[in-house]
Amino acid sequence: MRTIILLLLTSGILAVSCEKILPALPADEDVLDGPVEGLTAEQQRRFLDGDIAFANEFSPQTGLGPIFVNTSCISCHAGDGKGHPFTTLTRYGQADSTGNTYLLAGGPQLQHRAIPGHSPELLPAGAPFSKFLPPANTGLGFLAALTDAQLLANADPNDANGDGISGVPNYINPPGFFVPQSFHQSLNGRYIGRFGRKAGAIDLLQQTVGAYKQDIGVTSEFDPNDPINYAVSSQPLDNIPDPEVSTADVRNVVFYLRTLKAPVQRNTSDADVAEGKQLFVNIGCAKCHIPEWTTPASDIAALGNKTFYPYTDLLLHDMGPGLDDGYTEGKALSSEWRTTPLWGLGLSKNSQGGEYFLMHDGRAKTIREAILLHGGEGQGSRDQFNGMSETEKLKLEKFLESL
Amino acid sequence: MCLKKIVSCAAVLFTLTDISAQKDSSIFRRESPDTVFMNKDAVYNRPFIRAGKMPLAIGGYVEANTIYSATDGVSEGFSFQMRRFTLFCSSTITKKIKFLSELEFEDGTKEINLEFAALDVEFHPLLNFRGGVIMNPIGAFNQNHDGPRWDFVDRPLSATTIIPSTWSNPGFGFHGRYYGGAWTFAYEAYLTNGFDESIIENTEGRTWLPATKVNRERFEENHSGKPLLTGKMAVRQRKVGELGLSYMGGVYNRRMEDGLMIDSTDRRVDIFAADMNLNLWKGANLLAEGTFAMIDVPAGYSSQFGKKQYGFFADITQRIMQKPVLGWEKATLLAACRLEYVDYNLGTFTETGGNIGDEIWAVTPSLAFRPAGQTVLRMNYKYASARDLLGNPPAKTGTILFGIASYF
Repeated sequence: MRTIILLLLTSGILAVSCEKILPALPADEDVLDGPVEGLTAEQQRRFLDGDIAFANEFSPQTGLGPIFVNTSCISCHAGDGKGHPFTTLTRYGQADSTGNTYLLAGGPQLQHRAIPGHSPELLPAGAPFSKFLPPANTGLGFLAALTDAQLLANADPNDANGDGISGVPNYINPPGFFVPQSFHQSLNGRYIGRFGRKAGAIDLLQQTVGAYKQDIGVTSEFDPNDPINYAVSSQPLDNIPDPEVSTADVRNVVFYLRTLKAPVQRNTSDADVAEGKQLFVNIGCAKCHIPEWTTPASDIAALGNKTFYPYTDLLLHDMGPGLDDGYTEGKALSSEWRTTPLWGLGLSKNSQGGEYFLMHDGRAKTIREAILLHGGEGQGSRDQFNGMSETEKLKLEKFLESL
Repeated sequence: MCLKKIVSCAAVLFTLTDISAQKDSSIFRRESPDTVFMNKDAVYNRPFIRAGKMPLAIGGYVEANTIYSATDGVSEGFSFQMRRFTLFCSSTITKKIKFLSELEFEDGTKEINLEFAALDVEFHPLLNFRGGVIMNPIGAFNQNHDGPRWDFVDRPLSATTIIPSTWSNPGFGFHGRYYGGAWTFAYEAYLTNGFDESIIENTEGRTWLPATKVNRERFEENHSGKPLLTGKMAVRQRKVGELGLSYMGGVYNRRMEDGLMIDSTDRRVDIFAADMNLNLWKGANLLAEGTFAMIDVPAGYSSQFGKKQYGFFADITQRIMQKPVLGWEKATLLAACRLEYVDYNLGTFTETGGNIGDEIWAVTPSLAFRPAGQTVLRMNYKYASARDLLGNPPAKTGTILFGIASYF
């Protein structure tokens, strides 16, 4: 009898303590993934569907390739964070604002991997190119919710205020499936791009459809043509019926990207972080990396009328010859880059294999190195950073790490 | 003729039905396994029930469990699982010709696998011919996988995801054994059907040898057209235990089809394994298996697909108590711990020179109660730490498992 009681007691204790001995949920501020607060149950279900589609691994039998860069969305954005040099994208074919001259030679992106039995694409000799590290996904819905008017309010193409910083929108020819929203403003049939290193994508649908095709070699209703290795044939050599991803999956991924939470700043009560932020503003970083924005009303209530802190203006800035790779997109000059949102910067290592790979191609291994690579319109701030004491530099870096 | 068949079938059915009802009668005998056996003998070394002098013996095992698991604080809740229901059927056709089959139902009827169905013809203890569906003798677990033999609910990672246990294929080969005092030496060598391209073309997004198991065609046609060689040598010392070395390798891609060359080269998969089953001290045992796999991945494919994989598991079991409990005469309580590791992509990134991740560490303490030797109730807590391809901070998973498994 004693044995039976002991067994029952032990089982009971173990059953009750299940949740106590299992790995705990990380703090919200320590991870980039997760939904925005305030989604309805229906929206959370759709977020989950998008999350599953985002993590879906494609194989040659389910549409991967035949030429590709990576096998899933999540491969490039582990934990919804920045990419790693292994997942770097090579864009090529456009040197100026007149357009990409290599579209019929495989541009605008190199697919340097191929499924068995197929040949990877090679970069055409002499083609202008640049390597783009996949950016983080977090908070994209907030950026997507801003109006063009809000973005244009910070544009200063002719540097009218004389602060050495211009800020221009990149006007992009929209794809056929683009449906302008009330907040979009057209200029000669073009719209302001806000996503991607060169702000080459107007909205998240364009970004998602492009990534399915150019990164994974997966066709969709929106772009039913596989990428082609023109060195082998002018036709796609894929036996999988198109589209290879359903429209529902594409739209669910877009919804997922829209409803990912904004990164949460850490160590906000730390005095050094507060001082670092002030230094950041004082030396002019915040002129491009604008800290605070507020969304207008949105079709997703959880995104509407919210103040958030992305540290970007989503505009293009000339970053000087050091960062001019000779390649561009849309109307941008090759030396112009969209201001990268700094939110989530301190957690980048957690999606980059434990070390930093910063700037558009991951060439900077530390935050300081990234600051020092700023030229052109960023030169003034860089020089002021160089003039700071070591203690001040450390405080500024600590602030950036807290984002 | 037809009537005869019906009568015979009815008689067999009646006999089989009757076995369970009268298992303790003098007509039906329960045949216990040998007390000393090697891994290679695991398929025959199971409890069977034989009716009188009938040449047919049947048996099987069942495995069920509960599971509650959470990864980084997120749980899918509590589930019951019916992992396996397996039926064995063996027949001694003559003294030197035997047949054995093993039919397994996994997760209810989600998977139904014929894991073994082979004839053994003995010419000499050192020379036995085996043909049919065989379990490739790679490592120890693949052949010795019956749930009731283990004190853990989960099967070892390296033995199921690098060696895709239970891995069986149609083929022929030879096995034999030599006794010399306290020592026993055994060998096995078979040619079988083998792997296919799914090991690198799958939705796991990594080199994944178990993907081949989905291909049912392999029981009819060898995808590569070239046989898979599996060989094992093992030595056992009565007091110390057993040590085995094994190899399995062959071409996995199809190079020619309809007389046309559709791939430029033969691409191979080669797996090496070492296993040991050692008696440590009184009531203590160490069972371990290490595996190293090399896979020829096409150069233009992503290095996300590993060219080398490595893994091991080590189970230490200590008997804590053996005495009559609640009417069970020889009830045994065991404490055990499994340490295991798998690296699905051994290598470095060409882009950075940094290590490629895609690895899992796991430790599983276990408490197992055996009311009888053929039945086990086991409580496990498995803690696993899994790094993704890039080597980012690991996802931590805790799993609480309670299960029962028994031969019948």
